[in-house]
Amino acid sequence: MAQPVEIAESEFIEFVTFVAGEQSFCIEITQIREIRRWSPVTILPHAPDHVLGVMNLRGAVIPIFDLAAKLGLGRITPTERHVIIIAAVNGQTIGLLVDSVSEILSVRHDRVQETPNVRADDTTTCILGVIPIEEGMTRVIDLGRIVPAKAEGAA
Amino acid sequence: MSINSIRDTFFEECEDLLDALIEGLAEMSGGSYEGETVHAVFRAVHSIKGGAGAFGLNQLVGFAHTFETVLDRVRSDQLEVDPELMRVLQRAGDHLSDLVEANRIASEVDEGTHASLLQALNGFLGIDPADGEDGGQEEEFVFEALALDLDLQDDIGGQTDGYEIRFSPNPALYANGHEPLLIFEALAGLGSLEVAANTTDLAPFADLDWKAPKTDWIIRLRSSEPEHLIDEVFEFVEGLCELSIEAIQTDPPEEAAADVPDLDDAAPDGGADPTPPAAASAPAEEAVKVVDLAALRTSPADAEKKQEPKAANGPRPTLRVDLERVDRLINTVGELIINQAVISQRIEEIGLPSGSGLSTELEDYKLLAREIQEGVMAIRAQPVKPLFQRMSRIVREASDATGKAARLVTEGEGTEVDKTVVERLADPLTHMIRNAIDHGLEGPEQRARAGKDAVGTIRLAAFHRSGSVLIEITDDGAGLDRDRILETAVSKGLVPAEAELAPGEIDNLLFMPGFSTAKEVSNLSGRGVGMDVVKTAISSLGGRVTITSRAGEGTTFSIVLPLTLAVMDGMVVKVAGQTMVVPISSIIETIRPGPDELHRFGVDGWLLSIRGSYVPIIDVATSLGRGVPDADVRDQVLLLIQTEGQSHCALAVNGISDQRQVVIKSLEGNYGHIPGVSAATILGDGKIALIIDPDAVVANSSAALRRVSDPRPEKEIANGAAG
Repeated sequence: MAQPVEIAESEFIEFVTFVAGEQSFCIEITQIREIRRWSPVTILPHAPDHVLGVMNLRGAVIPIFDLAAKLGLGRITPTERHVIIIAAVNGQTIGLLVDSVSEILSVRHDRVQETPNVRADDTTTCILGVIPIEEGMTRVIDLGRIVPAKAEGAA
Repeated sequence: MSINSIRDTFFEECEDLLDALIEGLAEMSGGSYEGETVHAVFRAVHSIKGGAGAFGLNQLVGFAHTFETVLDRVRSDQLEVDPELMRVLQRAGDHLSDLVEANRIASEVDEGTHASLLQALNGFLGIDPADGEDGGQEEEFVFEALALDLDLQDDIGGQTDGYEIRFSPNPALYANGHEPLLIFEALAGLGSLEVAANTTDLAPFADLDWKAPKTDWIIRLRSSEPEHLIDEVFEFVEGLCELSIEAIQTDPPEEAAADVPDLDDAAPDGGADPTPPAAASAPAEEAVKVVDLAALRTSPADAEKKQEPKAANGPRPTLRVDLERVDRLINTVGELIINQAVISQRIEEIGLPSGSGLSTELEDYKLLAREIQEGVMAIRAQPVKPLFQRMSRIVREASDATGKAARLVTEGEGTEVDKTVVERLADPLTHMIRNAIDHGLEGPEQRARAGKDAVGTIRLAAFHRSGSVLIEITDDGAGLDRDRILETAVSKGLVPAEAELAPGEIDNLLFMPGFSTAKEVSNLSGRGVGMDVVKTAISSLGGRVTITSRAGEGTTFSIVLPLTLAVMDGMVVKVAGQTMVVPISSIIETIRPGPDELHRFGVDGWLLSIRGSYVPIIDVATSLGRGVPDADVRDQVLLLIQTEGQSHCALAVNGISDQRQVVIKSLEGNYGHIPGVSAATILGDGKIALIIDPDAVVANSSAALRRVSDPRPEKEIANGAAG
């Protein structure tokens, strides 16, 4: 796994769960910087479908990704009601557009199960593991897989 | 402070010292120098040696020692500065920087160079018995015993004169990387030496603070050398120690031995005299009139006296600041500028009555913000001087490697450019200077035939021109051989054989990837790294490079660079509904064309006729990935730009809304490179606007065209060849 969730140290890990493409996902809380409402972004040319554009977060230029589109679950048409999760990974700060944020989940680390061995598709390659919750299951996002590799095309 | 951070400090200081060294050597080789220059060079080498000794960098110490000895001869006028000596000194300077660098990154230097330079330096020293003695003494110094007795008693009888030196290092002396042992070595070079540690005020062993070594030294030097030579030995530790130097009459050896506390007396707990030595031992030793407090007081005064002339022509006081702090400040000030723009815009929207006075205040706010910004930017600005000085070494090496004599002439060294620009220019400049010597300058016979000076001149000049920095590299060689360039380009398939190219276009072929005119791979340039790399490096700094060449007279490469990488003047335009910024520097003029100035060309292409010539129109939106132009070209506004290839092009945009200074924000940190976009900025309304890279937009668009219409030109070429 590219970005193992740091499990060993403390008994409990906290995740923020949210909905994208009608499925429940979660990100470890330490990776999240803030959560804010959707506001129009500046479109980037030559960008893949799931890259909505960039926005100004207190002077920093942050790319915003449509998480559902990235996971192959169809594009979201953003409205005022949609939410952007600002997260940091590998020194990069990005924003993820999702339908809504649900709750903070605190689970013992051994409740995080490895991704069942299934056919690799757009979603499964971005999932670190799954956690059973009351309403079924939530999927742990591997942020490192969402962010474009920095060196890519930078020359 | 860990040993590593002290080490880092040492190497940081070495950089400054090496700069001073190279500057001094350059002045010396220019012939116009005075004693102070030689002193400065000597001091630089000496300080490097001192620091290196503290870290046990033996190879560096050894070399610096020999180097320093030669310099010492020069400054005492025992050696005359001739071109040959200068040549060796400069190469020794180069080698010293290599050694420092090698020690910093823990790598090896070229043994052959090292040995041959040492030999050359020693050659200037001649076979000197004194030198041999020095070497011997160095071996004897071992920093273990508290009392060092370099017993050269035989000489003492012959001496009429000597010194008694009390030397109490402060902890700062050690923190700065000085080493008493090296000072003693230097003193030993002046005469016979007795060193004794005064351990009387040492705390009991268990209470010793390793961070604050506290040992006084009493040094007896039998020497007939003048006192200022001894002062010089301590020159670098001034202010870091308490020092008194007293000339003494010859004393019988027994007495001398008596007043030097020896190991037995000074046993840590058996100390007969627990009071501090400077005050307490002075009365006790009055008979031999060692230290009196007056002498102690004079030493700081001496120090001041010495610093005065230095301050007059030396560098102004400076402050070392972590670059990250400066960048954070620059970022924040960038925010301030944006914030100011936002506030102005909001207030304008409210539509206050014009008499409210708020607009005047707002204007002041704007000016203040700009002023702060300029001030902060100035912190990052650095003169190109060190960069240029480094190039003199490149010239030397290149001229050695090619056997073409060359000299470097620099102009405008005081020109200031952003630090990053200065740093990132080093590689391209190195490459261009090597090229200029390797390919630009002719061989000696050819130069003689052309009636030119046997020594070629490479001129490196920097100056400000209308908000940019211009750097020129000029050689006085043969000029570009355009026939050969074209031939090479054709043979490599870079241009079709039938192409008729203007001289300027041929020159620009040099910048094409995969182009190299060197007939054989010389060991200098032609390692597969072409001028295209230079061009890429300069473009990445937001600059451009152009060539002018005259047959028989030489070639000039001109690099135009922005003053700073953080702000630029931009034209705010609308492209496909988005706000974008085009750098003003690349716009020649803006045109709203009349119907008769536009001409259809090709399937969906347009040409603009302007002052008798036709320039292609490129739709920015299309080039940036929009499938079809969303607006008729007749409704668009055109920006006439000059591309890197010197040809003109018109960029079509929906409209122009403003012209303003924008703060450049990198996109690559959080996202990545986007073709056609150089960076982003934040506008007054808090929205992000992309900054267009006009050259890349043009390149994108022509690349796309070529892909679409590839078969056709080939056919046309074939037809043309047949007909």
